[in-house]
Amino acid sequence: MADAAIAARTASTRSRTGYGSISRDRRWALRWSYFFLVLFAIFFLLPPLYMLITSLKSSAEISAATNPWWVYSPTLSNYIELLTQNQYLTFFRNSAIVSVFVVVITMSISVIAAFALARMRFWGSATLATGVFLTYLVPETLLFIPLFKMFAWVNETFDIQLMNHWWTLMILYPTLTVPFATWIMIGYFASIPKELDEAALIDGASWMQTLTKIFIPVALPGIIAATIFTFTVAWAQFLYPLAFTTSTTELVLPVGIVTTLIKGDVFNWGQIMTGALLGAAPPLIIYAFLMDYYIAGLTAGATKG
Amino acid sequence: MAQVTLRKVIKKYDEVLAVRGIDLDITDKEFIVLVGPSGCGKSTTLRMIAGLEEISDGDIAIGGHVVNDVPPKDRDIAMVFQNYALYPHMNVYENMSFGLKLKRTPKDEIDRRVKQAAQILDITELLDRKPKQLSGGQRQRVAMGRAIVRDPKVFLFDEPLSNLDAKLRVQMRTEIKKVHQKVRTTTVYVTHDQVEAMTLADRVVVMNAGLIEQVGSPNDLYHSPATKFVAGFIGSPAMNFIPCHLEQAAGALRVRLSDTLAFPVPADRTARYTSHVGKANLILGLRPEHIIETRPHIEPNQHDFENVIDVVEPMGMETLVYFTIAGAEICGRVNPNAGATAGKPMKLRADLSNMHMIDDGTGKVL
Repeated sequence: MADAAIAARTASTRSRTGYGSISRDRRWALRWSYFFLVLFAIFFLLPPLYMLITSLKSSAEISAATNPWWVYSPTLSNYIELLTQNQYLTFFRNSAIVSVFVVVITMSISVIAAFALARMRFWGSATLATGVFLTYLVPETLLFIPLFKMFAWVNETFDIQLMNHWWTLMILYPTLTVPFATWIMIGYFASIPKELDEAALIDGASWMQTLTKIFIPVALPGIIAATIFTFTVAWAQFLYPLAFTTSTTELVLPVGIVTTLIKGDVFNWGQIMTGALLGAAPPLIIYAFLMDYYIAGLTAGATKG
Repeated sequence: MAQVTLRKVIKKYDEVLAVRGIDLDITDKEFIVLVGPSGCGKSTTLRMIAGLEEISDGDIAIGGHVVNDVPPKDRDIAMVFQNYALYPHMNVYENMSFGLKLKRTPKDEIDRRVKQAAQILDITELLDRKPKQLSGGQRQRVAMGRAIVRDPKVFLFDEPLSNLDAKLRVQMRTEIKKVHQKVRTTTVYVTHDQVEAMTLADRVVVMNAGLIEQVGSPNDLYHSPATKFVAGFIGSPAMNFIPCHLEQAAGALRVRLSDTLAFPVPADRTARYTSHVGKANLILGLRPEHIIETRPHIEPNQHDFENVIDVVEPMGMETLVYFTIAGAEICGRVNPNAGATAGKPMKLRADLSNMHMIDDGTGKVL
C-alpha cells in the first residue's frame, strides 16, 4: 500500500520534471533576459556604430542622399586630417594630462580620507562621511558660478589668473570626483572585517602601515573601480572646460571637438565623428584591461567566508 | 613573568555599562577561560586587555606594568580572532611574519621562528598558500601560528573555535591545549561554550551581566558553584532547579519539594541550612547525574521515589529522563537498561550528598 503510494508519487514527480516548474521558470527568465539584453545592446551600440560608419565617409558622401547605414566608398581621410592637425593632438594631450593628474590627486585624497572616515572613529566622523556624499549631490551646473567668483577673488587678491588654463581643470575636476571616490572607498573599506585592522594593530602596524600594507591591497578592486570612475568623469567632463577655458591651446577633447569642428552653422560631421570615436577609445581600453580586477573580489579568504 | 591583573575595570558605552568593575589576577603561564552568555562582557574584557577598547575606569597591568594607555602593539600580546582575521593578500608565511617584519626582526630570525611555529602547528607544507586556499581548521592554525611567532607575554583568544564544525572544534580544542603545554604562555581565552571552558582552563572565570560570578578550577565550579547562575551555566544537561522549602520534622531537617515528596537533608549540611527553615524562595539544585534509577544497594543520603516519566532521551551510554515535580521540569540520568518509558511511572533515586541549596532572592548558593 505504502510502496504503491510512493511509486505513484515518484512517477508523478518524474513526469513533472519534463516541464518541471523550476526549470521552466528558469528557461523563461533566460529568454526574457536575452530579449532585453539584446534590445539594450542594440539601443546603446547603434550610436557608436553610426559614428564609425560616418567617420569612414567623405563629406560629399555624408551629405549625399544615400543609405546612411552603408559606406559606399570608405576613406580614412577624416582620420588622417584630424591626426595631422596639431590642434586635435593638443586637445588629446591636454585631456590625457588633466585626466591622469585628476586620477592621481583624487585617489590620493579619497583613499586616505575614506580610511579615516571608515576606520578611525573620531568625533563627527559619521556626519563628515554623510557630508562628503551630500557635496556629491550638488550639481556641477550650480557649482561653476561660485567657482567663477572664487577664481575672480584669487585673481584680485593674489594676482594669479586661473581662468583659461588647462591645468586649472586639475584643481576643478576633483571637486566632482573626490566626494564620489571617497564615498565608494568608504563603502569598500567598511566591508573589510574590523578584525583585520585590529590584527594589524596588535601586530604592531601604525595607521599608515595598516592602510598601505593591509587596506590598499585588500581593497584593490574598490580602488580600481574608483579610479575608472574618476578617469571617466575627468575625460568626459564638458561643462567646466567649456566655462573655464577658451583659447584653442587650452581646450580639452570634448570641448575642443565641439568648438573647433563646428564653425558657425557648418558641421564637419566626418571629423566630429572621428574625433569623438578616437576620444572614446582611452576609457574603453582602460575598462577592458581593468574589468577583471573590477569584478574580482580579493577579500575572499580573509575571514570565515 | 607575565601575570595579568585587572583592578576594578569598568567599560561604559555611552550610558551602558558593559563591564561593571571586575577584579582578576591571572598568574604567569596560566590558562584562563572567560565564559558566559552573549553580552556578559567577556569579549569586552579581553579586548580591553588587548588594548582594542579603552577602559572607562580601573587598571589593567601586564607583567607588573599598568598598560591602561599603552597601545596594543606595545603591550606584547598576541590575539587570535573568531574569524581568524588573516591578511587575504599574503600567504601563510607572510601572514605569520608580518608582525616580526614590522618590528624589524632580522630575516633569518623571522625564518627560524616561522618555521618553528609551523612545525608546532603542523602547517609547514601550507606556508606558501593564500588564506582562501585553506580550510577553516587550517586558517585557525595559521592564526595561532601568527600569535606564536611573536613570542608574546600573553595570548588572547576570542572565541577561536566558534566558526568550526563540531568535530573540528573538539580536535582544535585538544590542539590548543597541546600548544599551551608546549609554549606555556599566559593565556586568556574567551568562549560561550562551557564545555570548551571546562576542558581547556586551569581556572574558569564565569561572567554574567558585566560582573564576575565566580573564579575557580573547572572542578570547583562544577561541584561547588557559588551562585545559581554558575550552577545553571556549568554542566550539560543543566542542573535541576526545584522550588522547595526546609522544614524541621521530628528533630530532623527535611527539604520538602511537594506535598507528597520530602527528603532528609544530609547530616553534614543540617548546621548550614537550619537558619533557613521556613524561608520562601528556596531552590534545591541537583545535577541530573544525582537522579538515577533505583538500585538494590542504597548508599547514605540516597532516597527512592516514584514519578511518571514525561520524555525519554536515549544517549547510548545513558538515558536522560524528564519528569515534573510540583511544576518544575527535572532531568535524570538513568541506566539505558533501567526500562524508562514515557508516560509510565518509574522508581528513581535522588542522591542528596551533592545537593545545593539556593536562595532565589539573592541568587547565592547557601
